Amino acid sequence: MIDKLSWIAVYPEIVLLVMACVIALVDLGIKTPRRTGTYVLTLLTLAVVAAMEAFYALGGETFYGFGNMVVVDPMGSWLKCFASLTVLTTLVYGRPYAADRDMLRGGELFTLSLFSLLGIFVMISGHNFLVLYMGLELMTLSSYALVALRRDHATATEAAMKYFVLGALASGFLLYGLSMLYGATGSLDINEVFNAIASRQVKHQVLVFGLVFIVAGLGFKLGAVPFHMWLPDVYHGAPTVVTLLVSGAPQLATFAMFIRLLVEGMLPLAIDWQQMLALMAIGSLVVGNLAAVAQSNIKRMLAFSTISQMGFLLLGLLAGVVNGNQLNTESAYGASMFYAVTYVLTSLGAFGIILLLTRAGHESEEISDLAGLNQRNPLYAGVMAISMFSLAGLPPLVGFYAKLGVLQALIASGKTSYVVLVVFAVIMSLIGAFYYLRVVKVMYFDAPQSPNTQPISAPADARIVLAINGALMLGLGIIPGSLVTLCTQSISSIVKSLGS
Amino acid sequence: MGLLSLAIWTPIIFGTALLALGRDEQARIVRWIALIGAVVSFLVTLPLYSGFQLGTSAMQFVEKSPWIERLNVNYHVGVDGISLWFVLLTAFINVVVIIASWESIRTRVNQYMASLMILSGLQIGVFAALDGMLFYVFFEATLIPMYLIIGIWGGPKKIYAAFKFFLYTLLGSLLMLVALMYLYTKSGGSFDIATWHMLPLAGTVQTLLYFAFLAAFAVKVPMWPVHTWLPDVHVEAPTGGSAVLAAIMLKLGAYGFLRFSLPIAPDASREWAWLMIAFSLIAVVYVGLISLVQKDMKKLVAYSSVVHMGFVTLGFFLFTDLGVTGGIVQMIAHGFVSGAMFLCIGVLYDRVHSREISSYGGVVNTMPKFAAFAMLFSMANAGLPGTAGFVGEWMVILAAIKSNFWIGAAAGTTLIFGAAYTLWMVKRVYLGPVANKDVQGLKDINSREFLMLALLAIAVLFMGIYPKPFTDVMNTSVTDLLSHVAISKLN
Repeated sequence: MIDKLSWIAVYPEIVLLVMACVIALVDLGIKTPRRTGTYVLTLLTLAVVAAMEAFYALGGETFYGFGNMVVVDPMGSWLKCFASLTVLTTLVYGRPYAADRDMLRGGELFTLSLFSLLGIFVMISGHNFLVLYMGLELMTLSSYALVALRRDHATATEAAMKYFVLGALASGFLLYGLSMLYGATGSLDINEVFNAIASRQVKHQVLVFGLVFIVAGLGFKLGAVPFHMWLPDVYHGAPTVVTLLVSGAPQLATFAMFIRLLVEGMLPLAIDWQQMLALMAIGSLVVGNLAAVAQSNIKRMLAFSTISQMGFLLLGLLAGVVNGNQLNTESAYGASMFYAVTYVLTSLGAFGIILLLTRAGHESEEISDLAGLNQRNPLYAGVMAISMFSLAGLPPLVGFYAKLGVLQALIASGKTSYVVLVVFAVIMSLIGAFYYLRVVKVMYFDAPQSPNTQPISAPADARIVLAINGALMLGLGIIPGSLVTLCTQSISSIVKSLGS
Repeated sequence: MGLLSLAIWTPIIFGTALLALGRDEQARIVRWIALIGAVVSFLVTLPLYSGFQLGTSAMQFVEKSPWIERLNVNYHVGVDGISLWFVLLTAFINVVVIIASWESIRTRVNQYMASLMILSGLQIGVFAALDGMLFYVFFEATLIPMYLIIGIWGGPKKIYAAFKFFLYTLLGSLLMLVALMYLYTKSGGSFDIATWHMLPLAGTVQTLLYFAFLAAFAVKVPMWPVHTWLPDVHVEAPTGGSAVLAAIMLKLGAYGFLRFSLPIAPDASREWAWLMIAFSLIAVVYVGLISLVQKDMKKLVAYSSVVHMGFVTLGFFLFTDLGVTGGIVQMIAHGFVSGAMFLCIGVLYDRVHSREISSYGGVVNTMPKFAAFAMLFSMANAGLPGTAGFVGEWMVILAAIKSNFWIGAAAGTTLIFGAAYTLWMVKRVYLGPVANKDVQGLKDINSREFLMLALLAIAVLFMGIYPKPFTDVMNTSVTDLLSHVAISKLN
């Protein structure tokens, strides 16, 4: 029995699926080297899907489809909207790069991106263990293929292998954990699992045992210490456009999975998973920040910086439930969501610059390749500087409010140990400031070095998107109110519907 | 849009426009736009003074509108007797500094001018903010343009200096951020500074908050022993950057003591006053002696800034009307005098490209007009009666003697050391016979340099001869602040 509401719930996914297939077919007839036809079609699809999701999100309603297998709620719709826009931006930045590197000989970049996005959509709106897992696999399998897209490139192939092996292991962890939970509670449906756990009829040991595996699997996808080993190598080895595809939208999906599994499914176990997240967060802050200082390759540096940023995101997730009290959940998880969204926005800016600086035959991956960028192109240097200052968490940029929200949630919990954690996080972000500043230093204080002395040109579409991207980072820093409200309201509609 | 918002945003908008504008080929136009912008930004601050109501300590020209509703952060600005003069001072110094940088900056002129303009607006924002988060945003945002000014247009070791400046001050202010968030939670979700003033706090909490604020403000002031970044940064920064740093940026820290530390944690402030007085006296005496042995003019003036800011903190922590008023007057005076001293060094540096005292000698012979100005500012730096430098120092020393003779005596030594290091520098640089070919070939200041030094000279003399307009504005606010601080907030 499939009712009408169920179809409404998955309209965007259907559009995405159909268009991904259509584009794969249409692409066969495209002869131009830059594949303008499929490129435009892909961008249109993404824009339409983003608009649909925004429409759902503005409606603000929560409803389930296909017998509670999928859910449509504001958080999910907003995240899906942002994810589509992220992929769109990535493709705009990455097309010249991909064309120069023989990655547009077929249209795989576009189709695989769309399939990966479809996986992300399913991950975000799945409300059933199996559906979530299916979405995850669809996303990661597309990602493995994307990383290996330059198949005659040794480091990319190595990165793909590493990603695949470790990713499969992590998926295995997650699946094992989910099966433990299924065994303990007798259901795959997240609401029923929640009710079973809340009833306290289920054996605690089994739950915690499964929980450990779930947290480990999710931690791997997020790239949190100690499950971060794959991240620097994949970021470094993958073609930069794929790095951005892997590091942007999937983080939003992983965040959504944290909320779906840990909050919607297992909030009564918060005491247990918060401890694990706390350790992962501390580890990520230490390893990410310290290792990033030592990097000379900017992609590796950004990879370690991602690890530290994810540590901050986790800090928000562990501040929700204090002494069994759920008053803090909205602001804490809302802060984490804000963090995830703004992190993706910022990393788009940073990787976008790296993508646009590359030329045929020159990768522009070292930090020193940015030398004197301010003299070559003030706009690019400005956007990169804004990204760096934002990642460092400096006002008046959007990254500051992200950190502020998370730290504020920790302090509002009123626990002394959390206040100590805040001081620790603050000191770590001081270390972080050092390596972000170093990038600014190279761009503004150093003179251009050969072979990077020419002025830079980029296609008009990339320039426009880049300017918007930079303006958003600054504009949301000056007026962050609406995005903060959006995130908290999204989370609050979830918290209110818990267990229903 | 209110007057204060105009004062904050006019320079920022001009700065942003300059960034969008052009290239070095249009440097002339860029400079003129910057100057017009700075003058306009200064003019819009004048009604703040003329419309200011004396005899009340309430905030004036208040504007308040919600900014981040979810966190109850407001765009809430206003000035009282303590902050009013700093708004004007900032806008004034900005005009002077833009005139000063007219010729010495030749590369990426638009970015330099834009940095100065934006910095000026942000600093006014710091003085005007009445919301803790707004204050923090402005306070931190000033780091970015200053970092760029030092790093792009600075001297040979500019990168070391820029990083030292940024990371040193960031460490302090991050601890303050934790304190702000704690106060927000403690006050039931409010960033309003006035609410925090009324918030009762336990003894240990006050002490922790006090030291968190101290970390931010002491580094910025800078107080001994965290002053070491200042000489390094001053030496490497371009003239305009040095002048803004000394004239305005150091005041942000001292202002923070009055707006946050004292009224929010009054008991801790009184409990730890001995420590602050000790640090201040060490700054006055020991750093004064350090200044004496400097070979580099900029370093000498930088260390003397630490001395003068030591007077400011000394005055604050005596908890008397005279002391606090003296401290604030000293802040304003130091704004004029230290700015002028750095610009004078800049005038010489533009011509000879050396800051070493030993490279000069007998400048008065070739640059008589300039030497007259330099002499005046040096005298003000040494605290000669009749100049701005005298008023504040004298008030603080008097307040110190009233509270404890020995504190006063130690502070009084500055009259000797200050005169010694300043006058000895004057003797070696300006007086005597012409020392070398460089000095022989010096050309006296042109009308642009004359204008900028004359503006500052008028300010220095006016404040020295007739300080009443300055102190009148402060009186009520200072009295009110002190009566607030006198009441314990322990519950």
